[in-house]
Amino acid sequence: MSTLALLARNRLALAGLIVMGLVVVLALLTPVLPLPDPDVTNTGNRFVKPFSEGALLGTDHLGRDQLSRLMWGTRLSLAVGFAAAAIAAVLGAAVGIVAGYYGGRVDNLIMRGVDMLMAFPYILLALAIVAALGPGLLNALIAVAAVNIPFFARNIRGITVGIANKEFVDAARLAGMNDARIILGEVLPNVIPVIVIAMSTTVGWMILETAGLSFLGLGSQPPQADLGSMLGEARAALITSPHTSIVPGAMILVIVMAINLLGDGVRDALDPRLRSGALTRPMAATLVRREGPVPEPVGDDVLSLRDLQTQFHVKQRVYRAVGGVSLGVKPGECLGIIGESGSGKSVTALSVMGLVASPPGVITGGAVHYKGEDLVGAPYGRLRDLRGREVAYIFQDPLATLHPLYKVGDQLVEAIRVHHAISNKEARAKALSLLRDVRIPNPESRLDSFPHELSGGMRQRVGIAMALANDPEVIIADEPTTALDVTVQAQILSLLDTLRREKGLAIVFITHDFGVVAQLCDRVAVMYAGRIVEEGPTRALLEAPAHPYTSRLIACVPELGGGKRALHAIPGLPPAVDDLPPGCAFAPRCDKAQPACREGEIALETHGARKLRCLFPETELEGRA
Amino acid sequence: MSLALRLENLSKTFAVGKRLFGAPKGHVHAVHPVSLEVAQGETLGIVGESGCGKSTLARMLVGLLEPSGGHIEIEGQPLDNADPAVFGKRIQYVFQDPISSLNPRKTIRQIMEAPLKRLHGMGRAEREKRISEIFAQVNLREEFLERYPHEFSGGQAQRIGIARALAAEARILILDEPVSALDVSVQAQVLNLLADLKARLGLTYLFISHDLAVVEAVSDRVAVLYFGSVVEVGRAEEVFAAPRHPYTKLLAESAPVVGRALSAPEGRETELPDPLDPPKGCAFRARCPNAGARCAEEVPRLEGESGQVACFHPLR
Repeated sequence: MSTLALLARNRLALAGLIVMGLVVVLALLTPVLPLPDPDVTNTGNRFVKPFSEGALLGTDHLGRDQLSRLMWGTRLSLAVGFAAAAIAAVLGAAVGIVAGYYGGRVDNLIMRGVDMLMAFPYILLALAIVAALGPGLLNALIAVAAVNIPFFARNIRGITVGIANKEFVDAARLAGMNDARIILGEVLPNVIPVIVIAMSTTVGWMILETAGLSFLGLGSQPPQADLGSMLGEARAALITSPHTSIVPGAMILVIVMAINLLGDGVRDALDPRLRSGALTRPMAATLVRREGPVPEPVGDDVLSLRDLQTQFHVKQRVYRAVGGVSLGVKPGECLGIIGESGSGKSVTALSVMGLVASPPGVITGGAVHYKGEDLVGAPYGRLRDLRGREVAYIFQDPLATLHPLYKVGDQLVEAIRVHHAISNKEARAKALSLLRDVRIPNPESRLDSFPHELSGGMRQRVGIAMALANDPEVIIADEPTTALDVTVQAQILSLLDTLRREKGLAIVFITHDFGVVAQLCDRVAVMYAGRIVEEGPTRALLEAPAHPYTSRLIACVPELGGGKRALHAIPGLPPAVDDLPPGCAFAPRCDKAQPACREGEIALETHGARKLRCLFPETELEGRA
Repeated sequence: MSLALRLENLSKTFAVGKRLFGAPKGHVHAVHPVSLEVAQGETLGIVGESGCGKSTLARMLVGLLEPSGGHIEIEGQPLDNADPAVFGKRIQYVFQDPISSLNPRKTIRQIMEAPLKRLHGMGRAEREKRISEIFAQVNLREEFLERYPHEFSGGQAQRIGIARALAAEARILILDEPVSALDVSVQAQVLNLLADLKARLGLTYLFISHDLAVVEAVSDRVAVLYFGSVVEVGRAEEVFAAPRHPYTKLLAESAPVVGRALSAPEGRETELPDPLDPPKGCAFRARCPNAGARCAEEVPRLEGESGQVACFHPLR
């Protein structure tokens, strides 16, 4: 959506825009409007009430026309306000970019100077500047701009530090660009939205600050009118002729209100985080809008997914992230789900406990049975009761799942006490034994560590300990070792394997790595474009993959010990799940595809222990059911 | 066979806890003095786990970081000052994250033109011609040129990153985890493209990755880094198949392989040594099953003829 359309959607911002536009147009037209000279005094005609003949808004203490003075004054105040904002933005941004880009000592010196400026109350600082330069509108402008430079400098420096460390800046250096070119060509374009946002929210203050200085007699000098000096001159007659104060006061109120509303709107429209809807608070459980019949539980699986469908509704588009997935896992069994990014494997896992963010996620069909109980559409209280206690998750990045400000031990204690009414001391003892279970060295001292004090492998052990905290029946592990080094990965995998054998845990293990699946999982399901294309016992499936996608995917992955060689690539890209082709989603990339593959639904058929969704498999499977 | 790249005792030390005045609190030796040679047309793989200094090494090689000590020689000429513009024409870099290495506010054409303009001073028509040539080489359509980076998938963006590196006409490319952000099916496409480009343009690669199998598949020789030092260098088909350093063996045994039973090759739970307080002697000795008295006293040097190993008790 365009920025303007986003802005217009915000009613208040639109109102601000319209009012501001009107004021600016009037201010621009002032010289050509048939107004009396604002500075001609007529003391015989002073303090005329508003709506009198020849003076719509009355006259002031010297008999000058209020309307004319208001228009000229607004013109001047706006000009000074915008000029001050522009000067402060340009200088502040320049200071901020230089400090942020060069960093180190340059940054330190500049930012300490800026801190010193900020240590003075702004009005005192402005007064000091005006006192040094002498009163006058231009000096007031300089003072207001100078006072606001630190605000811009700090804001822009923070953004620049982030950008200067981005890889594209390094790439520009390697392309032969010097610092000046990088600052202007690479950094500045990425900073401009922030400058605009900061400006839009500060122009209002600047107008107020200029008016304040003029009010004190330090800004515009008589007879020149600006909104602040009009207020200042009217002060003596505040009680007897209030209209002389009300007229400029109301104008200041209108302008600042309009600018602030507009500024907020501009910020919301430009800020990428607000734009993507990231700040909309997700619901506590995924929205469920099931159409059609709800499948009944079958079999003795502890957790079973039946024809689960999860979609993302983003504006007009529907992304079928999970397009009818059926899976089951028995106690003590490890089921692997393998697939590339976007194949829907994580969304499947998150749907189980209603953890897919809504909006935009919606579960539109199917059922998730935990010990026969349907979790899709279960009340939030019930889900909350089961989350962590019966079905626990281990996520990919333990640094992101542990709270950075709490000690590891406290987080474990919290996880235990959510589900068990036991004392803090007992919970702590349990936390200690959990850390021992996951083989963390020196568990006593580790209880009091913060997450950042632990290495990646140790953090993931804490993540596993937290998942085990309430002795769950099922653990869903979403790429738990992807972010870890191979030696650490080997330790974590063997830990998970031991735990499942000792405690009879059912594990759903999501990964993209065949090696990991082969070592840990009893059964494996291969996902492509939101559906399972093949499922079966790990060894049989890896030795004789039946779906062309599985076999091509296995061939893509180099295996250790083979020496230098060419790899088999799959041409093309996985399809977008908002625009799936009819028939087999893999057909466009498959060298065995026939016209029949591109028509109609292809079912996932059972062949003994294996299941397959393909018309022309690599190997014929026996025992077709 | 002439040398494309020679490093002699290249090292990097970072000061930790810098203060405005006075000495910093401590130093981290991110890269201990490293000496390596890469022949023209060769692919040298560099593997190591996080924190082993492989990215620091790579950034020094292209001038993004100034070395604390040692020399870099590219095609026989020394390059020791850290000016990327000087390095740019001779050695280029392909980044790990393809999307974030492209400026989100520039079109692909603007991104591609920068090295042609700045490094080679080409005119408009010449640039146009060169860009079409490069795009044909990396199998990208020219209609992509007017688009912005966010419109591309990871694999396409990485091709653009490779195209940009080629535009500098450097004959040595540092590939820093070029496929680790990509899906496996796309990873193979990019790796094959790299192999194809190398054969056609006579490039030399330094291929950095944490994925042993990928490194083995693309490299002629492999260097294994541990804690800032090269612990073993050898032919790709030998390094992991018949490791000589205990750490290389540990790496090879930790990699999950289809058809091998799950085992944690290290019984104990171990962590890397503290970089602020490095151990005396061999950095690996705390994890090493063969460590002896000498390992605690002396730092082993990289020695050997066909394959080099830095160990007092090599496995073979």
